[in-house]
Amino acid sequence: MTAPMVKGVPMVKAEGVHKSFGHVDVLKGIDLEVAPREVFCLVGPSGSGKSTFLRCINHLEKVDAGQLYVDGDLVGYRRSGDKLHELREKEVAAHRRDIGMVFQRFNLFAHMTVLENVMEAPIRVRREAKAVVRARAEALLDRVGLGAKADSYPAQLSGGQQQRVAIARALAMEPKLMLFDEPTSALDPELVGEVLDVMRDLAESGMTMIVVTHEMGFAREVGDALVFMDDGIVVEAGHPREVLANPQHGRTKAFLSKVL
Amino acid sequence: MSSYADPPGTASDTAAAATHEPLKAVPVPRWGQWVAAAVVIALLAALVWSVATNKNIQWSVVGQNLFEGTVLRGLWVTIELTVLAMVAGIALGIVLAVMRLSHNRVLRSVSGGYIWLFRGTPVLVQLLVWFNLALFFPRIGFGAFSADTNALIKPFVAALLALALNEAAYMAEVVRGGILAVDPGQAEAAGALGMTRGLTMRRIVLPQAMRVIIPPTGNEVVTMLKTTSLVLVVGAGDLLTRTSAIAAKNFATIELLLVASFWYLVLTSVFSFGQAHLERRFARGVAGVQARSLGQRILANLKPGRVAGGAAR
Repeated sequence: MTAPMVKGVPMVKAEGVHKSFGHVDVLKGIDLEVAPREVFCLVGPSGSGKSTFLRCINHLEKVDAGQLYVDGDLVGYRRSGDKLHELREKEVAAHRRDIGMVFQRFNLFAHMTVLENVMEAPIRVRREAKAVVRARAEALLDRVGLGAKADSYPAQLSGGQQQRVAIARALAMEPKLMLFDEPTSALDPELVGEVLDVMRDLAESGMTMIVVTHEMGFAREVGDALVFMDDGIVVEAGHPREVLANPQHGRTKAFLSKVL
Repeated sequence: MSSYADPPGTASDTAAAATHEPLKAVPVPRWGQWVAAAVVIALLAALVWSVATNKNIQWSVVGQNLFEGTVLRGLWVTIELTVLAMVAGIALGIVLAVMRLSHNRVLRSVSGGYIWLFRGTPVLVQLLVWFNLALFFPRIGFGAFSADTNALIKPFVAALLALALNEAAYMAEVVRGGILAVDPGQAEAAGALGMTRGLTMRRIVLPQAMRVIIPPTGNEVVTMLKTTSLVLVVGAGDLLTRTSAIAAKNFATIELLLVASFWYLVLTSVFSFGQAHLERRFARGVAGVQARSLGQRILANLKPGRVAGGAAR
């Protein structure tokens, strides 16, 4: 699938993004652009900074230097004149409303049923009417194939089912961008496919997606762009089929030879 | 006793698997246990006999006072003190715990200081300080809106203040432990959905922390039921105050202590019923959580040493 490369405001734009934890520099200047409707895959060895970069996009981590824009808005800061002001907690929360995130460990709310998990944020954060949210939540659960599990608790579901609920929960907020942080890494091998199917369906519907993944097959089939990160920098970028078939950089070659 | 199976793969294992009959084996004899039980029962019987037939205990006086009006009024005051002090203690404890985990350094320090002060001094001392508040603050309030301290801080109020404020410090630690036991991924997922920290705490973290908070809170209630007896020293009119007052008149000291003990046991036992229900309610969504049976719970609550930490306060 080739995404229409819409010129204009990129969905995500990173300019020299740096991030360090104590003395450890995790991101050492990331520059990249994600176009609307694009499926953007981030791959690389563990510790390369790809998850950290993903978490910077919805400000779960604070950027130390450089600029990060989502849909034209600076992440975490407001510029007035030549000064940067940190955003207040409420403003950060408002920013995150439009960005869905799916975690490696699912993180479903353990004390709520599947349906309550999906309905919670639209009701409490967007203050939508319960009936409207319920209809949308049920439709989303049907879409991920779990309409029958609406009244189950997360602990009663398999990992693959939990991750599909987590995707439905994120979609219930009608986000303009979806972030996937190794969504299949915690799953048993036979459950990976059902989650990837849901993600493929989502990609075909035109959602902008940034996917940190080790699933090279998914990247090749569904991805529109691929970035290989190592040691906090972007080593190589291009179309997934080209990068995966014909890597230019030594580090990319070494990594791909291990995972392909 | 259960039968003992051989390790898998041995001859008897395959034989049993073939016939599907339960293994029949002679249990290990436990003569030691039987002897020990007999000795304990004999000692217990001797003790009960010596108390029951003791010429110095007038059982009729115990019977007369068990349902006496003053004693029942004292019992009611004990219940009131326990309920009010626990409700206030839990409410303030939650606030203190959330402050303790706040990003705001001032809130964190205030909460830390409070817990340090109220856990670091005996509740009996705190009780006496509140009772004697008028000695260093003769009037409370500002200008026209002030009142005479002695008119305001009656013995019951002093008792309630002391118990509730002391309990809040302990509950703060219980609640903090519960909050920290919730997987940080839960709050992160809530944040990613655009929920503010306050909303996340209220809707996601605290409900899950309850499962961890409730059992130790049950201990706190049982401890509180018994700690209320300390208010005897300020004469707040609780169960022990009343029974002691009767004993001071008829000199039946032991008899009235038995009356008080009887009612304390009734209260702690009745409370155990409610606790079982609450714990099951908050175990929702957790696979494999089996609440202990009511009988086990009551026994556990009555075991001596269960509140060893509380007794030292």
